[in-house]
Amino acid sequence: MDLAVVILVEVLYAIASLALISAGLAVVFGMMKVINLAHGEFMVLGGYATITAVGLGVNIFVAMLVVAPLVVGLFGLIVERLVFRHLYGRMIDTMLASWGLSLMMIGAFKMIFGNTTTGVSGPIPGFTVGNYQINGYNFFIIVVSVLLLIAMLAVLRGTRAGLVARGTMQRSDMAAALGHSPDRIYMLTFAVGSALSGLAGAVLAPLVGLVPTAGAAFIAKAFITVIAGGPSLVAGLASAAGFFGLVNQFFSFLVSPVVGDVALLVAAVVLLRLLPRGITTRFFRGRL
Amino acid sequence: MTGATRRDTALVVILGAALILGLPLVIDTHVLTLLVAYGMLALSLGLIWGFGGVLCFGQAAFFGLGAYTFAIAGINIGESTLPLILAVLVPAGFALVLGAMMFYGRLGDVYLAVITLVVSLILFRWLNTTAGPAYVIGNARLGGFNGIPGFPILNVPGRPDLMIWGEPLYYAAAVTLLVVFLLVSWLLRSSFGRIAIGIRENEERVALLGYDIRARKTVLFAIGAAIAGLAGALYATWAEVVTPTLFSLQQSAEIIIWCIVGGLGTRFGPILGAAVLAYLKFALGQQSVIDNMFILGLVLVLFVLFLPRGIAPELARLGAWATGSRRRPARRRPPPAGVADG
Repeated sequence: MDLAVVILVEVLYAIASLALISAGLAVVFGMMKVINLAHGEFMVLGGYATITAVGLGVNIFVAMLVVAPLVVGLFGLIVERLVFRHLYGRMIDTMLASWGLSLMMIGAFKMIFGNTTTGVSGPIPGFTVGNYQINGYNFFIIVVSVLLLIAMLAVLRGTRAGLVARGTMQRSDMAAALGHSPDRIYMLTFAVGSALSGLAGAVLAPLVGLVPTAGAAFIAKAFITVIAGGPSLVAGLASAAGFFGLVNQFFSFLVSPVVGDVALLVAAVVLLRLLPRGITTRFFRGRL
Repeated sequence: MTGATRRDTALVVILGAALILGLPLVIDTHVLTLLVAYGMLALSLGLIWGFGGVLCFGQAAFFGLGAYTFAIAGINIGESTLPLILAVLVPAGFALVLGAMMFYGRLGDVYLAVITLVVSLILFRWLNTTAGPAYVIGNARLGGFNGIPGFPILNVPGRPDLMIWGEPLYYAAAVTLLVVFLLVSWLLRSSFGRIAIGIRENEERVALLGYDIRARKTVLFAIGAAIAGLAGALYATWAEVVTPTLFSLQQSAEIIIWCIVGGLGTRFGPILGAAVLAYLKFALGQQSVIDNMFILGLVLVLFVLFLPRGIAPELARLGAWATGSRRRPARRRPPPAGVADG
């Protein structure tokens, strides 16, 4: 019974962290069709922003939930103006430029923070269930992910800004004819997506030791989750994260964590072959 | 053979021979051998991406497979002729299966890129965990993160005691590259190559003309993998050790950067890009003020933004301008195909 609780928490945590690392990419890639291969490095930047802020004496929750998204959002805004703005609609070029950006960011992290592992300790103590110890921080991540998905759904469906953003992504010429500026909307959407990546990196920072190359671990998982999810933003994110999280944890418990990772990637390849446009083209159709 | 073809072949052979003999006067042959292996790797992606329009984000997977095959087969067989052949065939066979799965599934550009990326990540992850005596192929231990050292290096066919290394290895590798280059040129002139370029330009139209696009793309993909595998074997015999980093994302990234910087849609561009950038990386490795990944990234961003056609076409244009002749500029890359709607 205790074991069942522990496994349930682990599975939920795996699903939540997948959804979390994919949320920023779901906005930038899923909505804007910008293939941002620097997504992992955006997350690492969020982590470093948190660690630096905590080092300066900021409360860790403020650092994670406010400072990191602001820093990375601002960074995304600058990069969008300098690079991505010129490449909209040129998918392969965007992909290559963002790869260059990711290499530059890794190089910059190495020069600034050194090629070593830095980290902060998790702010929430663990507790025991029967004979097992559960990391209390896992619950925090589950809660943050759920709130994030609900907030995304609420903004996209309920607010005028969400409506305008969705409309612009579908028909920017129409949006322009109705008096909105697609250029500005693209810029802001990219910044919001970057901020979400920063938030994810910050929240995960206490769990993973940050090294300059840590982004590579996130990027593949984030992309396959978003692509496998398909066109519906939140439903796709939740269903793909749910599926991959289950597969990952199943094989992790059965064999080893590495096999779990490999199983996740293999499942992604098979899933893409079967449903090349994502889960939400067949299920949850037309939802957000 | 028509007159133009013969002129082209003669020109390539003369220029190639001049470069092979001339470069050792400037650069150490040990470094040059590595540049040759990288040049061949770049040529393999230049063929399938620049002429076939197939952007593979995991070309390093075939490079690494070639190197590992060479090492593992070498340990088990004890000489290097058969391993060299296997190092070409195994990646090609793997690419046939993978390519068939992707192209017959009619996956779009982006999904193709992601799947190739994921496959090389799987190999990278898996090989990193193969430390310990449980992971053995024949007599060869896979060795996890440390890779496989101490396998037989290249020898004269039929004479396992006559090793090829140092300066002779450079000449052997360079001549191999020249031969592969000529084979690629021949392939591109054949009807297969012309149809491959047609598929890059307009897939639907070629399909309507009755050609089987899926089969042709799969075969081209496998040919690219075969060349990458050969480059991997050359690298393995040069480095005398193979490690999982051959499969890493950075390795895949570098191949793509070489092609972009050198010039897509040209035969010589990718090789030039590989040689220039690999040498730059080698030179930058001597200093520690600026991280060389930062510079590689900067080069890639600047080229995509300002010189997306690469060096080689610009050089060709400059040459044409200097001699006063006018030629149609080489196409850079296929137009972005429609990606998933929604």
